Amino acid sequence: MTPKDSKAALTGYRVIELASERCALAGKLLADMGAEVIVVEPPGGCETRAWEPFADDVPGLENSLHWWHYNTSKKSVMVDIETEVGAQQFRSLLATADVVIEAEPLGRLDALGLDWNQLREDESQLIWTSISHHGRDGADPPATDLTLLAEGGPVWSCGYDDQQLPPVRGGGNQAFHTACHYAVPAILVALMWRETSSRGQLIDVSMLGAANATTEFATLWWLNAEQEVQRQTGRHAHVRPTEWTQIRCADGRWFNTGMPPRNKREFAALRTWIEELGLVEECSSYEILKLGDQYERIGVFELDADPLAGEVFQAGRDVIEFLAQRLPAYELFLGLQERGMACGIVYSPDEMIEDPHFVERGFPVDVFYEDRNSTYTHPGAPYRFQRTPWMATRAPHLGEHQVLIEDVSE
Amino acid sequence: MTVPVEETIEPQGLNGIRICDFTGQLAGAGATKILAAFGAEVIRVEDPTNKGKWDILRGIPPWVADARGLEAGGAFNNHNAGKLGITLNLRDDRAKELLRELVSISDAVTENFAAGVMDRLGFGYDELREIREDIVYVSNNGFGSTGPYSSFKSWGPIAQAVSGLTFTSGLPEQPPAGWGYSFMDHTGAYYMATAVLMALLHRRRTGEGQWVDLACIEAAGTLHGTATLDATVNGRAMRRSGMPNSNRSQSPRMAPHGIWATQGENQWIAIAVRDDSDWRLFAEVVNEPWSQEHRWQFAVDRLSAEDELEQLVAAWAAPQDRHALAQRLIDAGVPAAPVLRPGERIDSDERTSDLWITVDHSEVGPSRVEGLPVRLSETNWSLSRGAACLGEHNSYVFGQLLGLDEQEINELAEEGVI
Repeated sequence: MTPKDSKAALTGYRVIELASERCALAGKLLADMGAEVIVVEPPGGCETRAWEPFADDVPGLENSLHWWHYNTSKKSVMVDIETEVGAQQFRSLLATADVVIEAEPLGRLDALGLDWNQLREDESQLIWTSISHHGRDGADPPATDLTLLAEGGPVWSCGYDDQQLPPVRGGGNQAFHTACHYAVPAILVALMWRETSSRGQLIDVSMLGAANATTEFATLWWLNAEQEVQRQTGRHAHVRPTEWTQIRCADGRWFNTGMPPRNKREFAALRTWIEELGLVEECSSYEILKLGDQYERIGVFELDADPLAGEVFQAGRDVIEFLAQRLPAYELFLGLQERGMACGIVYSPDEMIEDPHFVERGFPVDVFYEDRNSTYTHPGAPYRFQRTPWMATRAPHLGEHQVLIEDVSE
Repeated sequence: MTVPVEETIEPQGLNGIRICDFTGQLAGAGATKILAAFGAEVIRVEDPTNKGKWDILRGIPPWVADARGLEAGGAFNNHNAGKLGITLNLRDDRAKELLRELVSISDAVTENFAAGVMDRLGFGYDELREIREDIVYVSNNGFGSTGPYSSFKSWGPIAQAVSGLTFTSGLPEQPPAGWGYSFMDHTGAYYMATAVLMALLHRRRTGEGQWVDLACIEAAGTLHGTATLDATVNGRAMRRSGMPNSNRSQSPRMAPHGIWATQGENQWIAIAVRDDSDWRLFAEVVNEPWSQEHRWQFAVDRLSAEDELEQLVAAWAAPQDRHALAQRLIDAGVPAAPVLRPGERIDSDERTSDLWITVDHSEVGPSRVEGLPVRLSETNWSLSRGAACLGEHNSYVFGQLLGLDEQEINELAEEGVI
């Protein structure tokens, strides 16, 4: 199929990915948009196939949910690149590729004669993507998602008001994700350039750099003012303590209150809601909330200049706390948002995927596993392309596409 | 007239691409910064009537050095480095006509307004396509442009709360710690840049433009896939006893795996013992009676007594220096790292020193910003200019690109059109 007839954005591009936890997301992002991504696994399969959790809790090469998630829409071949035949097969595969993605230990491919430096002349159109600890010319210390986020900055900002509690690594292996989130745009830029120049190139991605470039105000306060942010529970780390934004609702669920009400429209909306709920008598901040009608907007200037503004502002926060004590989180979320106030319910990932809004948008997608004769729900498209939609098929079995390997033994 | 196209020695991957850019804050502006760094001409459009303050980062601290005011916001400068800036008061028909002309010579239009704003301005996708059939249009907001919550508002922490990212970051028996910054504004920007580039690549190959509706919360909802599948396939909800504990490792299982206090105030070390082989190396570094006990040699046993093991590690780590200890563990082959403070990683970590660059802002002078953590051998990124001042490139864009003369531009400025 030529790109012209295609319903996928990346049709016609072949990507070779050397199976690794570190670069699996980069391959998935390209595969789900139509690139032919061939993941090259070692004998016995990628190590992530052995990782929990397993489907139905039954360990097995084809059962790892980690594998299922990160390898949708890909093809699998098994090649032992440590052998001469395997190396030759790998080279033949590369000769057909547009993009390579690898996150091998530094020096491994070079020792096998399979690194960019050795292949670049033959494959001048090839786009070679290396994801490493802090660049191809750096060292390669033993590292995991946890250690990368610790030394890369994110961990410093995440945790609790109580500074005796350890800082927290955000969940979900985001260090590897973030490196892939830089790798993919870089690959796309290289493909754009290749369309006109017919030349490939080397892309060198630093995982440590990617974490460092993804810490928002911790970095910005230091770069501009040499001030250090401090961790706070459920909200931005800051150079000065700020007010809570996370609160527990009547059903025990946590809730993010977002920006507090700041203008007369928002104060009025809150007041009317209290009236509709018949809670005027119980709500001690109701009367002062009425004074919110006087304020177009309460900002830093008004809070400084006008003591009453401070009281009204505080009443807005008090009323949200009052409502949280009486309403389940979902009702508070809908009620405030429908009245124009930004806020969010704290869902677990599996609750988010069942929320009616995301269901109506088609975010959860069914992926068919013919070998199990079952359909399972996966998280769907991160973006909705109108003409070239994101699509996912199940992750490949080990060596399922071995036919793609040229027989080089003869 | 100064031509504000950056002088670069090397070619850049996106040379020749022009973006008509309405983005702001980090979730949007962070995306077009990446495009600008790779050589696209990003023309940021701001509203002169409110001095561009729709972007709340304009004119708020941290300030660039001693400067103050609308041009001195350090976050704004960081997220908008490398772009051009123009003003258009889109309440005026003459401004709308100028925007139509700009769209007609642009490859993509980008925005992260609330859903529906572009339609109300008269520049929704249908109108944009009438101006330029093959335009790429990428909209980015929290909940997306369709569905029951499409009018709901969002920013980073809300996207993180609703998507599950907040819930999954924390310690047991504690409230969610969440992310102590707008992780999803950064990451939403990465997905937005990716979306623009995929759509542009498709257009370069087929001539076909399109609209990409990016909901930041959906992008976030893809970032916990394994845990989500554990629920949809195995029926095991994440909301259960002892969970989440994001300093532990669930997939793959590892123990010990966590962050421990070391000598000094607020000093921490992260250690990850990946497998039994790592454990043997770790036990030698620890070299205490408990670490030599056979009961810890297999992962299954370490995992079943994780609380007890973590307490032993805590007591051992407490009096040690986090840098020296991390180095000993790394030398032995065990993943470890001190929790670096902002100043340490920015000013003292040579491994990432290339990332911090100095750009020149035309009003506040040299300032430090984040670069990109990638190197491309043939078409590398480059940023040399700080964020544009309000309307700084009006004469280049309206004059050189759209053909107005100086007098016409001055009149439009006087009449509040630009």
